[in-house]
Amino acid sequence: MRTRFWTIAFASLAAAAVLGVVLGPVRLSPWSLWAALAGHGDPVSVTIVQTIRLPRVALAALVGAALGMSGAAMQGTLRNGLAEPYLLGVSGGAAVGAVAAIALGWNAAVGVPLAAFVGATGAAALVLSLSRIAGGRADVRLLLMAGVVVGAFANAAIMVAYATAPPETVRGALWWMMGSVDSADWQRVSWLTVYVAVGGSALVVWARDLDALALGDDGAAALGVDVERASRRAYLLAALLAAATVAAAGLVGFVGLVVPHMVRAAGLRRSRALMCGAAVVGATLVIAADVVARTVRPPAELPLGAVTALLGVPFFLWQLRRLAARS
Amino acid sequence: MTGAAAVAFQDLRIRYPGAATFAVDGVTFAASSGAVTAVTGPNGSGKSTLVKALLRRVPLTGGHISIDGVPLAELSPRDVARRAAVVPQREEPAFPMTVREYIALGRFPYASVWRTSDPDADRAIAAAVARAGVGEFLDRQTDALSGGEWQRVRVARALAQGGRVLVLDEPTTFLDVAHEMGVFELLADLARHGMGVLLITHQLNLVARFAHHVVLLHRGTIAAQGPPDAVMTGAILERVYEWPLVVARDPAVGAPMLIPLRAPASVTLHRPTDT
Repeated sequence: MRTRFWTIAFASLAAAAVLGVVLGPVRLSPWSLWAALAGHGDPVSVTIVQTIRLPRVALAALVGAALGMSGAAMQGTLRNGLAEPYLLGVSGGAAVGAVAAIALGWNAAVGVPLAAFVGATGAAALVLSLSRIAGGRADVRLLLMAGVVVGAFANAAIMVAYATAPPETVRGALWWMMGSVDSADWQRVSWLTVYVAVGGSALVVWARDLDALALGDDGAAALGVDVERASRRAYLLAALLAAATVAAAGLVGFVGLVVPHMVRAAGLRRSRALMCGAAVVGATLVIAADVVARTVRPPAELPLGAVTALLGVPFFLWQLRRLAARS
Repeated sequence: MTGAAAVAFQDLRIRYPGAATFAVDGVTFAASSGAVTAVTGPNGSGKSTLVKALLRRVPLTGGHISIDGVPLAELSPRDVARRAAVVPQREEPAFPMTVREYIALGRFPYASVWRTSDPDADRAIAAAVARAGVGEFLDRQTDALSGGEWQRVRVARALAQGGRVLVLDEPTTFLDVAHEMGVFELLADLARHGMGVLLITHQLNLVARFAHHVVLLHRGTIAAQGPPDAVMTGAILERVYEWPLVVARDPAVGAPMLIPLRAPASVTLHRPTDT
């Protein structure tokens, strides 16, 4: 079961990555791809592969891996299969930051991602601090309500910004909110790699706490887990990863919600395996979604967030039917 | 027959943040190894707060707790979990897992971030499974077990933790007579083999037959403690439960047996609220 899962998962990831580099407005043959990777052959192909397609595939993989792990951490900590990376107000905060930066005419390559990251981490910090009750621990119900309310406030702020902004600003901001990896470059890939490597390894290392937290607060405490510290750590890492992805690629919905369910449905239950599996499956899903987004109606591109939802929702509904059949 | 103090509560005082009164107000007792110690009392009398205090889910306002003679404050959460296994009142895995995976979680306090399994795990799990008699459920999903099976599986998880103390918070709620007796017999057997069993329960008639020491709580204080014969008298129980009752002798073994009476006209049906 295990070996089969990993074989299929890595094979799918490799296949998606190859398709991601080969497919596009200029279609490359596997042979010219190989030559371009090695740096010789047709100079146009080399440029397309090395400066456009490879960073794009790499960025999609990083965004998917981060969202998958972030979702697995949120679901494990909140003991709820509906939890997702944007729950802590991350999406709303990031959107406010990005829209403000776009309206102010900041640099799209550096200023907008930075503002989105600041907005996302700020909103997550606000939600976490609002949900702290007496004694300094986070209350799950307060956390969920604070997340929803901060998100609603952010939406309202964005609507006000849209209503008062010039059309081209609205267009840029909307496109960003639907998620995209088309502005990928090696610089963006390299800083996201740092976040995903650090945050992701921390989540994998501490994933075992999530196994105990699955039993509830008292059950986890009975197994010797410091429940408050373990949950706070998981929230912070999940929020940080999600914030880094929205800064790099905007809002890519449904990946963080659906991917942990896919991995669990494949039989991986222990949190550490689940976390690693969610990284690989998430990466595959976003690369594939991006391939679909840019090949369905070339030269136009579909919004990445819409494609991930279109791919993710049927799976999620199928899962729901399975759950309904079981109970 | 009974040994050293396995868990000792010394003048324990707990007030929840923002509460006007103490949930636990000066409670002192010990659960010995090789014995079943039962904590009982009306709803809201502070029973479960004792378990929360042992798990450090509530801060102590005063007093202290020790396990195997070591103050709780000197033990890490892992050390506590290795010495005393707690079966909390509510516990429901959030995502499906098999009984085997669930019981293996009992070894959680022995593994670490870098070492995911310990050398004694297989032996400890096998012994716990045999002792709790759950060998036939190992490949079932935890949410497919009956109430009685699930409670035995939870005890098996606690035994896999390898400590000498077992604390259970109302383990037989919702169980039928046979499964309830099964759990109590299992606990009695564990105590016979040297385990210190601290049991929180409302089943006074089973307490009378199985417990060596009874602690009767009332509004956060100890109304009476001692062997069942000394604690379970009509006068004491009627005062604590605020309900008319008689204490008879059970015809099988002669233990005290509580029989609540129907409400006389003068007693209102409104029970005092929980504190």
